[in-house]
Amino acid sequence: MNIEEIKKKLSEEIESADKTEKVEAARVNFLGKKGHITSALAGLKNVSGEEKRTLGQAINALKREAEALFAEKLVALREFEERALIEAAPVYDLSIPVGEKSGSLHPITLVSRECEAIFSSMGFTVEEYGEITDDYNCFEALNIPKDHPARDMQDTYYLENGQLLKTHTSAAQNTIMRKYGKNLEAGMPIRAIFPGRCFRNEATDACHENTFFQMEGVMIDRDINISNLIYFMKKMLSEVFERDVKVRLRPGFFPFVEPGFELDISCAICGGEGCPSCKNSGWLELCPCGMIHPNVLTAGGIDPEKYTGFAFGLGLTRLAMMKYGIKDIRDFNSGKLANLTQFVH
Amino acid sequence: MLVSMNWINDFVDLSGEDIPALIKRFTLATAEVEDVITKGSDISGVVVGKILTCEMHPNSKKLHLLTVDKGDEVVNVVCGAPNARAGITVALATIGGSVCGKPIGKAMLAGYESCGMCCSEAELGLSSENAGIMELDDSLKAGTSIKDVFPIDDVIFEVDNKSLTNRPDLWGHYGIAREFAALTGKPLKAVPVLKAEDYASLPSVSLTSTDEMLLRYVAVKAENITANISPAYIKIRLYYCGLRPINLLADLTNYVMLELGQPMHAFDGRKVEAVEIKRFEKPFEFITLDGQARAIDNSNLMICADNTPSAVAGVMGGLDSEIAPDTTSLLLESACFDAAAIRRTSVKLGLRTDASARYEKSLDPENSMTAALRFMKLLLEICPETKITSNFTDLYIKHFDIPVITFDKTYIDRYTGIDIPSETIVKTLTSLGFGVEQSGEAFTVTVPSWRATKDVSIKADLVEEVTRVYGYDNFPFITARSPLYPVKPSISKTDENTAKDILSRRYKLHEVHSYIWYDSKKNKDLKLSLAPNLKVINAQTADHETLRADMIPSLLYFVNENKGFGDDFGIYEVGHTVKGDKNSKATEQKQLGIALYSRSTDEEFLLFKARDIIAAFTIATRGANPEFINIKPEQSFCHPKNTSEIFISGISCGYISILHPTIKNTIDKKANIIIAQINLTEYAEIPGINLSYNESPKYPGIDFDLTIPAPKDSRFSDISKAWTESQHEHLKSVSLIDIYGDTTKNITVRLSFSAPDRTLSMEEVNAHITTITSRLSDMGITIRR
Repeated sequence: MNIEEIKKKLSEEIESADKTEKVEAARVNFLGKKGHITSALAGLKNVSGEEKRTLGQAINALKREAEALFAEKLVALREFEERALIEAAPVYDLSIPVGEKSGSLHPITLVSRECEAIFSSMGFTVEEYGEITDDYNCFEALNIPKDHPARDMQDTYYLENGQLLKTHTSAAQNTIMRKYGKNLEAGMPIRAIFPGRCFRNEATDACHENTFFQMEGVMIDRDINISNLIYFMKKMLSEVFERDVKVRLRPGFFPFVEPGFELDISCAICGGEGCPSCKNSGWLELCPCGMIHPNVLTAGGIDPEKYTGFAFGLGLTRLAMMKYGIKDIRDFNSGKLANLTQFVH
Repeated sequence: MLVSMNWINDFVDLSGEDIPALIKRFTLATAEVEDVITKGSDISGVVVGKILTCEMHPNSKKLHLLTVDKGDEVVNVVCGAPNARAGITVALATIGGSVCGKPIGKAMLAGYESCGMCCSEAELGLSSENAGIMELDDSLKAGTSIKDVFPIDDVIFEVDNKSLTNRPDLWGHYGIAREFAALTGKPLKAVPVLKAEDYASLPSVSLTSTDEMLLRYVAVKAENITANISPAYIKIRLYYCGLRPINLLADLTNYVMLELGQPMHAFDGRKVEAVEIKRFEKPFEFITLDGQARAIDNSNLMICADNTPSAVAGVMGGLDSEIAPDTTSLLLESACFDAAAIRRTSVKLGLRTDASARYEKSLDPENSMTAALRFMKLLLEICPETKITSNFTDLYIKHFDIPVITFDKTYIDRYTGIDIPSETIVKTLTSLGFGVEQSGEAFTVTVPSWRATKDVSIKADLVEEVTRVYGYDNFPFITARSPLYPVKPSISKTDENTAKDILSRRYKLHEVHSYIWYDSKKNKDLKLSLAPNLKVINAQTADHETLRADMIPSLLYFVNENKGFGDDFGIYEVGHTVKGDKNSKATEQKQLGIALYSRSTDEEFLLFKARDIIAAFTIATRGANPEFINIKPEQSFCHPKNTSEIFISGISCGYISILHPTIKNTIDKKANIIIAQINLTEYAEIPGINLSYNESPKYPGIDFDLTIPAPKDSRFSDISKAWTESQHEHLKSVSLIDIYGDTTKNITVRLSFSAPDRTLSMEEVNAHITTITSRLSDMGITIRR
């Protein structure tokens, strides 16, 4: 084949190649070891003189042209094929329901973790104590006298060995004071919370459970005062409810605090206007609290003339009910997965 | 307790005050107000009317046709009351007025026009009496507004009794009036009473007692009490405050109780000469006023009239001592008893009365005399013919000490964090009845008797008095100045949180909470037989008395109750278990209990899933894989062959088991159930493995796959001793590739060898393999190479 013939054939084959594989085959056909152009270059050895030089230049020019054409064709075809691939691609529907099932945490765990995180960030230690305690820790050390109604059989579960199930997380106050009280002289305040399960011997209904959670909090130092108590309660509750919670204190009587308070928060449902949930008062009773009674400090080995402190007993179960809108307190210990599996985060 | 603002106004002039706002302040400063009821606002246009004529309705057996003079005109009224008759004076609701909030208009009743309505006491909200229309005093002028005749308009508010438990002084209107006086700065008026000394010359009532349950007993006698019915204002106040008017003497005892907080008892003066207050050694039965027989023993103080028990002291009178309607003579008791003793009696008898509720708050014995003098003052006003025939005989056994408290202003400031001025402190305490002497910034405070019975005894109590009246709303919120230092969660708490995250988030289990006691009925249903354990002595039901020694039974109740929830689910609880008996202190442990339920996977898969969960937890918390040693289970609900004890770093900390087939089949024949429990209390003691960094090998390693034809019943933990119990410095890891075979257990493991400084030679690897195979052959396992 002469150059013209090769040129013609080259343009035909490149033209007709519609797949990258065909381009490759054609390339071998022209530029491979036995390809037309390679052969033509080999044929130069039979030519001589001026003609050899001219022909040689022409064939080499053709070779470069062929290489460029093949490269160009290959790029074009690849682009075409990729486009075709995209065009042929299916469109997946991610809007179909997610089949993945999730595990769940108990609502008390969720609320408790939240409170623990908030108080930890403010320097409170998170304490752990048992559910079984004794008369001293649950009552005596808390300035609750022998014939106080709280000690009645109808309120407290007594065990046959003389111990009892703790009726409030305040039962840990004495232990906390004894554990950390020695640090006070070194200038380290006592800051502790204790989330725990409590037991009251009463009939259950939608609003009453014999087994429920509280979170005790105590802070003791040289000059802890009522203004501090209001500050910490307001900060904590505003974090939990993710809004600026209004709080108010009113007198409440608990033997282990003096002054003692009931802490109310502004009703989230009506915003304080008054609604059935808050009995039209605009306020919800949330948490008994107060300044730790001097007798309680003394029982904990702390000098009430030197130190003051506040304590609160936040109802975690009640908090979870308010936060999630749980109407029946019995749902917490029901083990009913149809309800509990909602608490995924 | 219900409080009448009209009554409060007797003692403190609140005219010009915003009453609803004041009641709100009372909630914030004193005690919680639960409800406020405005009385009389739903009544208007009711006037005094005179029935001129009364005829029977021609077509009705009940209705009367009346003509009534209402002052400015005579109107026709159709009335159904049986007591309607000509000549009586009635309360007439006129056209345009309203009763019970309902407007009164002209109405046609059975064909006759009625221009008004004759009202019953109930319709005017004055009592529950609704049998007939109210008959008024004939001296009243027709057309007079009924509100000028009766104090119908009032504001009643209800105080939560629980918020009064520590305030014996607030169980009567006078104490509450004192609070309003302090809150408004207005003066408190004295209670009008007789003077005891005016009657001192009269004979004494015979009173005998030495019992320490009695603090004080005041008695007085009166005769010639000709009136029997209480004035309307007394009846209305009693009714508004929740009591039923009965007769003059009974009403007055109640009236003084609601006014001063002092319970009183009126004995029929004809029946009682001498009073003795004592306890009886021998138990007996006593019939109380309500007709119930009560078992009395030597813990109950009794009031005896002429040697006959006639009242349970501080709780309730006897049926026989009830004052007869025809009596004209009285022996009045105004006494004070030991609070705890009254509470015990009240609880024991299951009888809580207005009197016992007050006594158990520790009443002020000083008030007993005041109340008796008040009662007689009222009686003489209402029935001037009354003759007091004894002195105010006073048996005062126990006085309370009157505390005198000294403090300085800095003490208050320390509690408040703000500066409440000295003048405010003095003014507040004085208005509440405290005696205050000030010297510079130092105060000496004398507690009034009505606050001295238990309520106020120390400095901190006075802080409350000052701050509550100052108003907690007036406090700023200020952070504490205490130094900060780092806090770290405890290991136990971290373990608990990690376990919950792994179980819920990675393995999709559900966290549940159950109870600290077993449910013996459910145990029976599920055929769970559990060892005896420490019990609650006063459980609500006998089914709930045994404390749980293991987490699994409660989880199994839930598995059983959730069968309809899905084919596969896993639940867990972090809770406490208790072990003990009546002779020893309980041992309490924090535990993680797990139960996996599946109808779609087989037993083996589920068991290994549980094993993976436990391993994920131990690796995340201690960096260590758990070891499982097959054991004979202690618990009857564990599988006799497939129960393993869990060890971490050689320390036992729980078990994993297939649920015993008997119990499993009781729950669900078609499902598989795996249970596991980790003792988190013991687990917290296990040290973690510290991380130390190893560079990945720079030189290629050599993997060697070895198939070990082990006996069918052999355990991997035994086979692996072939390489774990000898030194192989180049053996970096061993992974399980496969286990197959029916008659033998062919275990294929991949042994990976490498060295940090060079490429190992095949000869070096072969030396390790030879050691391993020779150890295997010591175990009786021959490897063909």
